[in-house]
Amino acid sequence: MSACLLAFATAVLEPVKLQWLFNDFILGYFQDVLLGSRVVVSRSFADFTPQATFDIKKCDVHRLEEGPPVKATLTRDQGLQYYRIMQTVRRMELKADQLYKQKIIRGFCHLYDGQEACAAGIEAAINPSDHLITAYRAHGYTYTRGVAIKEILAELTGRKGGVAKGKGGSMHMYAPHFYGGNGIVGAQVPLGAGIALACQYQGNNQVCVTLYGDGAANQGQLFEAFNMAALWKLPCIFICENNKYGMGTSVERASASTDYYKRGDFIPGLRVDGMDVLCVREATQFAADHCRSGKGPIVMELQTYRYHGHSMSDPGVSYRTREEIQEVRSKSDPISLLKDRMLSNNMAAVEEFKEIDIAIRKEVEEAAQYATSDPEPPLEELCNHIFKNDPPLEVRGTHPWATLKSVS
Amino acid sequence: LLQDGVGFFYVSKVICNSRTKTQRRHASHFTFQPDPVPTQYGPTQKMNLFQSVTSALDNTLASDPTAVIFGEDVAFGGVFRCTVGLRDKYGKDRVFNTPLCEQGIVGFGIGVAVAGATAIAEIQFADYIYPAFDQIVNEAAKYRYRSGNLFDCGNLTIRAPWGCVGHGSLYHSQSPEAFFAHCPGIKVVIPRSPVQAKGLLLSCIADQNPCIFFEPKILYRAAVEQVPVEAYTVPLSQAEILQEGSDVTLVAWGTQIHVMREVANMAQEKLGVSCELIDLQTILPWDVETVCKSVVKTGRLLISHEAPVTGGFAAEISSTVQEECFLNLEAPISRVCGYDTPFPHIFEPFYIPDKWKCFDAIKRMINY
Repeated sequence: MSACLLAFATAVLEPVKLQWLFNDFILGYFQDVLLGSRVVVSRSFADFTPQATFDIKKCDVHRLEEGPPVKATLTRDQGLQYYRIMQTVRRMELKADQLYKQKIIRGFCHLYDGQEACAAGIEAAINPSDHLITAYRAHGYTYTRGVAIKEILAELTGRKGGVAKGKGGSMHMYAPHFYGGNGIVGAQVPLGAGIALACQYQGNNQVCVTLYGDGAANQGQLFEAFNMAALWKLPCIFICENNKYGMGTSVERASASTDYYKRGDFIPGLRVDGMDVLCVREATQFAADHCRSGKGPIVMELQTYRYHGHSMSDPGVSYRTREEIQEVRSKSDPISLLKDRMLSNNMAAVEEFKEIDIAIRKEVEEAAQYATSDPEPPLEELCNHIFKNDPPLEVRGTHPWATLKSVS
Repeated sequence: LLQDGVGFFYVSKVICNSRTKTQRRHASHFTFQPDPVPTQYGPTQKMNLFQSVTSALDNTLASDPTAVIFGEDVAFGGVFRCTVGLRDKYGKDRVFNTPLCEQGIVGFGIGVAVAGATAIAEIQFADYIYPAFDQIVNEAAKYRYRSGNLFDCGNLTIRAPWGCVGHGSLYHSQSPEAFFAHCPGIKVVIPRSPVQAKGLLLSCIADQNPCIFFEPKILYRAAVEQVPVEAYTVPLSQAEILQEGSDVTLVAWGTQIHVMREVANMAQEKLGVSCELIDLQTILPWDVETVCKSVVKTGRLLISHEAPVTGGFAAEISSTVQEECFLNLEAPISRVCGYDTPFPHIFEPFYIPDKWKCFDAIKRMINY
């Protein structure tokens, strides 16, 4: 049986590229068949380019002799991994949109679709032991920093299986080495500088990636953080995710200077195409090397775009045209960009992407099921973890004879 | 661990219902009760809270050529539609957006006010007012005092949406009036309804002191009344007695007034207790006389607010009243307020001082 299939494969299919190890790839093909996945009859794995180099957009630099490389190498595995990450974030955000409209998620929900390349690219360039902190558009980063989809969705629906036990909600998700998830605009940036100081102090060669948006770029506390980081040469990568709109205000109407990568003034800066995951990866790699070598902080501006409005209460079309959104979707969508690159360089098959899509859809669906059916946190949780206290602290309730215990 | 009897049954009912009925949040914890239509200010028009604010601002911009309105997103109408149409009517140099910088907005507002123009600054949510806290407390409040009355920023009014909204969670539901009550030099005002809002806002703008005007955001659309179209003022630092009574004095402000109205009705029906309901309106400087006179009459006081109980403004009222009316008190003063936790995400229905908790407190006071 297997011999027949092998003969069929070699006879009918396109010629195998003999520079790749014949055994590995045919074996891989068999494994796929045996595992019952859809049989790829038009191509065999041996066909695929395992690695390719792409030209990426040159970054504008500020106070730097040279920027990141203009060529990026992508292996097949990396490509599929980035695709998987970005598609998962996309589907997760769209599922959150759906759940919000069904009123299963309430409160404020800021969606990240359109900006997936930023999260995927940054994570590809840093280590899990590095640190990351961002603002409220945090679901993508929560995922890339290692939290399971079902914990993210359960946190959105406010259930006890959520990553913050259901007590934080959309804007307050945390994980090891991921410091949230912050509601107050710009407040996370001095925090990020502080984390970088801790890294420097402990001498562990880690960096802190501190993200903020184009709206936050005008907050005073950012400049305080820039000053401290530059003065003490902290290993902090300040990244401005410029999605062109601070809520409903376009960057031209909010900022005297829209060159956010130059706003660090005395801090070197890079302007990066945030819709291209390879561009983001190379730039973050460059920035991380810069910080790790002790040269001090660096500012990066990722030029990106969000498809949804600022939050679920914002239709997103009163301050920009639908045509603009459509144009970005068709010309610069990060997931399509990566997919087209891989397909045109023969690095993967269309069916493979379809399979990945199906698997991700299923995973997100299951996570949504979990998020909808998990119970809410018990009432005792209301008062837990206000302070660190031992023994349990009494919390005054709404009148003197109603007290709750705070266990922490 | 939760010990209040009535509250517990309500709580468990909510849990059971919400699990079976597709996890939906129930209706809000209050019903807005409109006041009788005011007749002394001329023709009225049906308006909700945000429209009454727009009307007040419209009147101000029309009568005061130096008035300017600024804040985040005010130009297109504001995130709560409080400034809709004003830019088109009065021009972009009078109604303009600022970048995202609260400290900058208030500091800038102080400068505008000191130089002689009427500045109406909007902070998008009261939860975001803290970067501006230094400017308000250290600069605005102390300007007149430190300059020996040479300079002042009395022309400054800061407006901010305030209070719980049903789904606001930690950073869209806060009630920070207590922080500002601790600061001599500024005035803090909170309306309960559209008619009061317009009058109080116009009073704040006219007042020669920097004022902070908190607008209960849950009432923006929920509160609809007939509001006079012309300008009128409601006096500051004057509490309003909404309902006369003889047994218990209830003091609240903002959204909580509507909760207390229901509580007063419940107390009358179920306990035969007659409640006197007072809307404090101005938190700082507050009307000590009205509240104390009422407590002298009734002997019992219940104060309720959404902010956490420790250090909340009820503590100040309670302390002053026991100083002034000690021998008149029949029962300890009761404060029914939010828990001492950050404003929760999923636990909001349990956190807020709803009518059942207040009713329970009245029962205990009566039976003391």
